[in-house]
Amino acid sequence: MVKQWEEMTPAEKRQDLDSKWLSPPEAKYANAEAEKEYKARVQRIMDAVNMKKPDRVPIVPMVGFFGAYISGLTPYDAMYDYDKLMSSFSKFVLEYKPDAHVSVTVSPPGKLHDIIDYKLYAWPGHGVAKEHSYQCLEGEYMKANEYDALIDDPTYYFLTGWLPRVMGALDGLKMLSPFTNMTEMYGGFTGAAFVPFGLPPVKAALKALSDAGDEALKWIQTVGAFGASMTAAGFPGFFGGGTKVSFDTIGDTLRGTKGIIMDMYRQPAKLMRAMEQLTPIMVKMGVANAKLNGCPIVFIPLHKGADGFLNDEQFKKFYWPALRDLMEGLVKEGCIPFPWAEGGYNSRLKVIKDSPKGKVIWGFDTTDMAEAKRILGDVCCIVGNMSIATLSVGTPEDVKNSVKKLIADCAKGGGYIMMSGAVIEDAPPANVKMFIDATKELGVYK
Amino acid sequence: MAKDLAKALADLKEDEAVAIAREKLDAGADPMGILNDAGKGMEVVGVRFSKGEYFIPDLVYSGEILKRINEIVKPKLTGGVAKKTGGKVIIATVAGDIHDIGKDIVVFMLDVSGFEVYDMGVDVPVQKIVEKIKETGSTVVGLSGFLTLAYDAMKQTIDAISKAGLREKTKVMIGGGQITQEIVKYTGADAYGKDAVEGVALARKWLVAK
Repeated sequence: MVKQWEEMTPAEKRQDLDSKWLSPPEAKYANAEAEKEYKARVQRIMDAVNMKKPDRVPIVPMVGFFGAYISGLTPYDAMYDYDKLMSSFSKFVLEYKPDAHVSVTVSPPGKLHDIIDYKLYAWPGHGVAKEHSYQCLEGEYMKANEYDALIDDPTYYFLTGWLPRVMGALDGLKMLSPFTNMTEMYGGFTGAAFVPFGLPPVKAALKALSDAGDEALKWIQTVGAFGASMTAAGFPGFFGGGTKVSFDTIGDTLRGTKGIIMDMYRQPAKLMRAMEQLTPIMVKMGVANAKLNGCPIVFIPLHKGADGFLNDEQFKKFYWPALRDLMEGLVKEGCIPFPWAEGGYNSRLKVIKDSPKGKVIWGFDTTDMAEAKRILGDVCCIVGNMSIATLSVGTPEDVKNSVKKLIADCAKGGGYIMMSGAVIEDAPPANVKMFIDATKELGVYK
Repeated sequence: MAKDLAKALADLKEDEAVAIAREKLDAGADPMGILNDAGKGMEVVGVRFSKGEYFIPDLVYSGEILKRINEIVKPKLTGGVAKKTGGKVIIATVAGDIHDIGKDIVVFMLDVSGFEVYDMGVDVPVQKIVEKIKETGSTVVGLSGFLTLAYDAMKQTIDAISKAGLREKTKVMIGGGQITQEIVKYTGADAYGKDAVEGVALARKWLVAK
């Protein structure tokens, strides 16, 4: 009898996700060769993740709108025309042949964000030139005195406090009463709880949600079609899902950098309590998508724990326990946490050595990679560090030299995946091609 | 309670620093003197940051404490605030990039180090920076950028400074998460600072050398 997910051990859950990734039940390959290549690519990545020697170093460039740029399109085109998104992002994978793709989800649906009047980002044609990618607009979208509300009921706080501030069209949601009030008919509980839904501002918000939902459906069809078509051609997706460490959830988009810094000094206990409350929610967010996509790797972009952003003591008190809990929660659900340390992490290497052994992959941007290999080499697979500066302004020869050095520093014994240190946008195509081809040439294990 | 405002601020003792400022003001002390003491405290914060004893959160927190002190003291101030003497520096995040955290830290560090800083904000058009150089006579410009799109915007800004005939008397430093020596060469800048401390050192070198 097949075990239900809830009854499986963490190892069984991992095995379930691994096997779905290696042999997607719904896959329709173009031909036998594509199937063989698909499986070889997943196996190559899995071997690296499991700290074994694959046939060669896997190469997965972290691309943003690179596919659009090489197709003569702008990020605006990709975000507003899903056919263009599909064709241009496919072009990159099919022509450059990386070992895995990073989906089209990097290109969010532009129109959806117009509909909801999104305040949290500027995006192409909406605060940023059509030729550039989107950028976050930091602010105090959660006020310093709202921790109790967040801690008491995160969902109700998001619905009535945070969403109306970051999505202008959802302002009416402020008027909602808690759904938990709808316990029963007797005494008018249900009747009273439904009153807000009759009010015009709430109706307007619901209309915006519904329209945005229509747009999301169109977009997700492209996301699904892209994944299926890449599988058919022999290219697996690298990411099962994504989530964030609670310190960044609060620091990036709720309180903002300055806000969370002040909270560390002025109300540390509330900050800690809120992080504890959010961590299980962040675990569920990552797991849900990994299960849906049948791929165990859960991306965790790391922001505010980088060198310099916190002192050692603050990192150990506020950031690391939250990240470790998040990773452990994901591992228990069969996932492979993939923390991606943006900026430098040189001062953190000894602390993060305490990651769940053999169960995570650590990605690095500008960290000293030889040092990362020395300290983490027996703990987990490491990923990344190809300089985005070299990819952007260097020559193909410079790129090849960097690839050679990274392989020499990191690939010994397995446990390394080649990846750019930061997202590749409008880099010279010859450099990106060399990045991939040089890894294939120089990364072979003999 | 110790009455040393500079020390309380330097040690990030928020309540104590604010209380001292208030007490001094109530006792009839010269508001300018109180601000000078606060300035000395901020200098110590800058020095501790340079030595690696303080980190970004400490800078931000000290800035917030200073803001509270300013709010109490400034309404009582009759004369103007003393001019900075370290030289003029223009700082901007280049066109197309709206990131400000790194830029703000550089501005903060230059300010507490005695420079007169013209903070032009984010996404600053090329021509505006050229105009600011003409307007202020500043000979040091710092360009900030977090995204890879900043590489070209920095290059265009420096090209425009050259075109305006200002490049010879202007030193340009660049900085940001993805800036390396390769990018210095690509953009035609004079140097890059890997952090705010290096940015201050460059400004000091260039302005003292004059």
